[in-house]
Amino acid sequence: MPCPYKRNCQMRNILEIKNLRLSFGNDEERVEVLSGVSLSIPERKIIGVVGESGCGKTVTALSIMRLIPEPPGRIDDGEIIFDGANLLKFSERDIRAIRGNRISMIFQEPLSSLNPVFSVGEQIGEAIRTHLKVSKKEERERITELLRIVGIPSPESRMKSYPHELSGGMCQRVMIAMALSCNPELLIADEPTTALDVTIQAGILELINELREKIGMSVFLITHDLGIVAEVADEVYVMYAGKIVEHASTEDLFKNPRHPYTVGLMNSIPGLHEKREKLSAIPGIIPSPKDFPKGCRFQDRCPLVINKCRASEPPLTEVNGHLSACFRTEEVNFEIYNVV
Amino acid sequence: MSVEKSRGYWATVWREFKKNRLALAGFILILLLFGVAMFDNFLAGSKPILLKLNGRLYFPVIFSYKEFFGVDFRELEGNVEKGDFAIFPPVRYSPTENDLLSVLSPPSRSHLFGTDDRGRDVLSRMIHGTGISLSIGFIAVGIASIIGIFMGGIAGYYGGLIDFVVSRLFEVMMTFPVFFLILTILAFRDPSIYNIMIVIGATGWTGIARLVRGEFLKLREYDYVEAAIALGGSDFRVMLRHMLPNALAPVLVSATFGVAGAVLVESGLSFLGFGVPPPEPSWGDVLSQSQRYVDFAWWLVLFPGAAIFLTVTGFNLVGDGFKTAIDPRLRRRKF
Repeated sequence: MPCPYKRNCQMRNILEIKNLRLSFGNDEERVEVLSGVSLSIPERKIIGVVGESGCGKTVTALSIMRLIPEPPGRIDDGEIIFDGANLLKFSERDIRAIRGNRISMIFQEPLSSLNPVFSVGEQIGEAIRTHLKVSKKEERERITELLRIVGIPSPESRMKSYPHELSGGMCQRVMIAMALSCNPELLIADEPTTALDVTIQAGILELINELREKIGMSVFLITHDLGIVAEVADEVYVMYAGKIVEHASTEDLFKNPRHPYTVGLMNSIPGLHEKREKLSAIPGIIPSPKDFPKGCRFQDRCPLVINKCRASEPPLTEVNGHLSACFRTEEVNFEIYNVV
Repeated sequence: MSVEKSRGYWATVWREFKKNRLALAGFILILLLFGVAMFDNFLAGSKPILLKLNGRLYFPVIFSYKEFFGVDFRELEGNVEKGDFAIFPPVRYSPTENDLLSVLSPPSRSHLFGTDDRGRDVLSRMIHGTGISLSIGFIAVGIASIIGIFMGGIAGYYGGLIDFVVSRLFEVMMTFPVFFLILTILAFRDPSIYNIMIVIGATGWTGIARLVRGEFLKLREYDYVEAAIALGGSDFRVMLRHMLPNALAPVLVSATFGVAGAVLVESGLSFLGFGVPPPEPSWGDVLSQSQRYVDFAWWLVLFPGAAIFLTVTGFNLVGDGFKTAIDPRLRRRKF
């Protein structure tokens, strides 16, 4: 049952994913891409999820929206609790009432996420009309208001522009305006700045941060860029090969990473002030979901690997409010890769 | 800050279309045919457009009057009072009016396009046949488009089993020789205009359905379609509002060619005697009368044949220009 009082539920977590297992394939062959992902998004917080391509970030976001095509996708186990109700149990009709209304999503490519045949004003209007009954005049006012909120100058004339007439950053602002049209409680941002250049990136991130305060929404921010996470996220989940390997507050994670993979990610960022012959990278590549190894999935790339890692999977355990899935978590530091 | 007025998609297409002289000529030709079809009673008929009789004004073309029931307006000429007058259409014969005294007469000043074997004026029949031919073309293609968009749309959108079933249905439909299928159906049903429209429409949707299916399969993967679903749009809304406008251009091109095809099919049916039932005039019907007199009555062949040719060419030119205008690869780049 969805909560009848849209804003008054005093739950701490707006969204909780519990032990989500998801696989793709057909009857003969199935590949598990999410193996027991659990995470929670507290109200009015920005939660960052980092990890390299193919580790399951986007798939997690799409399962929240129930946008995984079934078949070939299938959710094998787990719950996604939004406002006290399990989204996975919702009918197509009920989930449609949530999508774009209480949970909104913005995508990676702002230019291709806008329909080329409609002006941006019409598209925002369409988003409003999908969920709210408003008069033409109210709709116009809301469109200009939204465009102003996302920082588009002269909204009255800009709303008549077509997507191809706007820059990537402008289009992403329009996408955000569409996502905000019904004052969502949760905004899922799937790599919202990947397609934009750096100066625009900062503006968009600032905007998301600002809107979180203004509208009082939570943000689920997916990225592969640790810099972005450091800038805006309150808490971070690190994902690797379909699993959460580390979870901590942003500050704690950056000061004191407790998983070799996280350290590897951090080392891969080239510093501005050091001269290096070669960029450092984590050796090896992420294993394909078809052949995840037995035991820890990071074993083949990990400098701290021991026999125990190959035998059994390390559980996500807590050390001082910091979750990490590693048997040697106490020994993790920034130098582990240099030893090898 | 002022922003330049935005050009919509269709404004751009129209600007590109206008650059193509031949297509524009075809478009003007079609507009002219529409004009003829709409004002057929004002162009050809036995009733005067405006009549002043005994101090009263009548519009016999628009309204029918009790007092003129069974009156031949031509007889009024000469024995009217002073101040009375009548304005007749340029062609003063109705399309169904027999004149057994001038059967099969060649083009002359009174019958510009000659007469047929019942003495009916060919020009008048052709003017009145324009509307019938065009409406058959348009309504048949309209029916075909609706069925085609629906079938192709659900196949492309849902994919999987639905796509498989619907695609096999297209293929089965396409294996039929359509013209003979239409002939067979019309042999069992009475050949009214409506039946012809429905039959041509119900057999001609496969091309459009295949186009729409292809477009939808492609669009289904586009980010803005996923974004529309993520905004909570229902399947129907996503298909109709977000996907169809993006798939419409190739459909319209195909429909334009389809109108030409339908006009041709109707002429063919009428020529074979399965078309528009006799007293109603249609181009194919006039042409079919030439069969027996083809050795001398060239006017029965030339004029309706030319009209069909021009119409079909006009629609094909428009379709071609339209295709070029919507396809950026065929468009000459100009800024």
